[in-house]
Amino acid sequence: MATQHSRSAARIMISPAVLLLLAWMIVPLALTIYFSLLRYNLLMPGTERFVGFLNYRLFYENPAFWTAMLNTLLLVGGVLIVTVVGGILLAILLDQPIWGQGIVRILVIAPFFVMPTVSALVWKNMFMNPVSGLFAEFSKAVGLQPFDFLTHAPLASIIGIVSWQWLPFATLILLTAIQSLDSEQMEAAEMDGASPLSRFWYITLPHLSRAITVVILIQTIFLLSVFAEILVTTNGGPGVASTNLTYLVYARSLLNFDVGGGSAGGVVAIILANIVAIFLMRMIGKNLDA
Amino acid sequence: MARAVSTRRKAGYTIAAWIIGLAIFFPILWTIVTSFKTEAEAISSPPSFMFFQWTTENYSTVMERSNYFRHFWNSVVISLGSTVLGLIIAIPAAWSMAFVPAKHTKNVLMWMLSTKMLPPVGVLIPIYLIFRDVGLLDTKTGLVIVLTLINLPIIVWMLYTYFKEIPGEILEASRMDGASLRDEIIYVLTPMAVPGIASTLLLNVILAWNEAFWTLNLTAAKAAPLTAFIASYSSPEGLFYAKLSAASTMAIAPILILGWFSQKQLVRGLTFGAVK
Repeated sequence: MATQHSRSAARIMISPAVLLLLAWMIVPLALTIYFSLLRYNLLMPGTERFVGFLNYRLFYENPAFWTAMLNTLLLVGGVLIVTVVGGILLAILLDQPIWGQGIVRILVIAPFFVMPTVSALVWKNMFMNPVSGLFAEFSKAVGLQPFDFLTHAPLASIIGIVSWQWLPFATLILLTAIQSLDSEQMEAAEMDGASPLSRFWYITLPHLSRAITVVILIQTIFLLSVFAEILVTTNGGPGVASTNLTYLVYARSLLNFDVGGGSAGGVVAIILANIVAIFLMRMIGKNLDA
Repeated sequence: MARAVSTRRKAGYTIAAWIIGLAIFFPILWTIVTSFKTEAEAISSPPSFMFFQWTTENYSTVMERSNYFRHFWNSVVISLGSTVLGLIIAIPAAWSMAFVPAKHTKNVLMWMLSTKMLPPVGVLIPIYLIFRDVGLLDTKTGLVIVLTLINLPIIVWMLYTYFKEIPGEILEASRMDGASLRDEIIYVLTPMAVPGIASTLLLNVILAWNEAFWTLNLTAAKAAPLTAFIASYSSPEGLFYAKLSAASTMAIAPILILGWFSQKQLVRGLTFGAVK
């Protein structure tokens, strides 16, 4: 039984965390919304004035915004497809009896611990470079023309790099989920003559559905904010071919000093993330009751 | 007979798993190998995988030329500083939510998590301008503050799930025996909570070490941690593969090793308990 004394002590102990997060959430958020309604350029201090939704309209009418929106969705969707499908297959494979399973697991998980700027630079220079990268060497060895990945397929290349970083996360979580599968159920299905494919379809996949949803939602939150990989490899180019919403806001506000326009983009990013967050929070909340 | 088939099957799985595992690990392995080559060897065609003159000169060059240790130190201060500060704020909060749950505890937890869902780019501009005005741009203090706040929800959440597993009866028993709140925390709770706190610390150091949005946007030369230092290696220096590899290897090695110890906590910490 919690006493009156311990209850008030609890309230005092929880307040620093709550107040800090409250301030962290409300102050910048309010400022972003406020800035997005101003004409505010860092190069012209003192000329700020209220312009209503003009920034949003300019954003909306700017083709770069739509390219960035599309790129954001392609990037998130592409990486999700690769990591979820790859993660399921890898998790099933790693769940089988294997010699040296612990070591293989470590090898597979490793990319998750590599900082984004390192993985972007290593892939860009040592693998995708059209002159001296390993892929170019490989093309030459089999008699093909080296392909300039980051110029001719910038977004697809970035999807590849980011997928490499996130595949370990998906695999690890799906493997954890698979290992909680009741093996007796599997054996019973096997005895009843269910083929491996139907066992996968009717037992494994439904069992994994919850973990798959969690992977999709959490990765989406992080993937909406991919930044360093784009900054290091393509700077959003050529043109805006690999610019996502996050990079567009950065370029607008910190490279072109257009605080108002950048803030409008930031508000759009918040709305986009919130749509995903609502579903994620509902799932986590359900689990908290159980 | 059945035994032989299963052994053959195991061999098949083993070969497939090792090939895929090595393929996924290959970029890291290749970076490590290249860091021991000379620059000429690093771009030689065809590339050599094993049979070259191994050298450590790249490591000394990188360290001499680029203040490597300052950036390394910045990374250490920022990731450890923000994690420890986060723990100091989060431990009392998680403790009270786990042991003295109130009506709103669940809502408070969910709300804390929801702050983590805020995309950083949505608040970049105000933070940047505030930091510029109060002189926190390109300082370690500024980054420690930001990283503490962005990781605080994860820290509270992880600690909460660990504290939840400590049986409340023990606390009640100690209270019956006349232990004060202070004694209760120091002598009963802390020893039982240390493993959970350690795992939380580990995961958050990793997350803070690799954080590459705020560290890139809020630092220039002075407070830049390794993430920003490596980003400065994009062309033309990035074309010196051997030096790039040496710098990269040094930047990822500590976390790679820590990370391998934290596999289990990773699942728990990053799914907020939704997958067990």
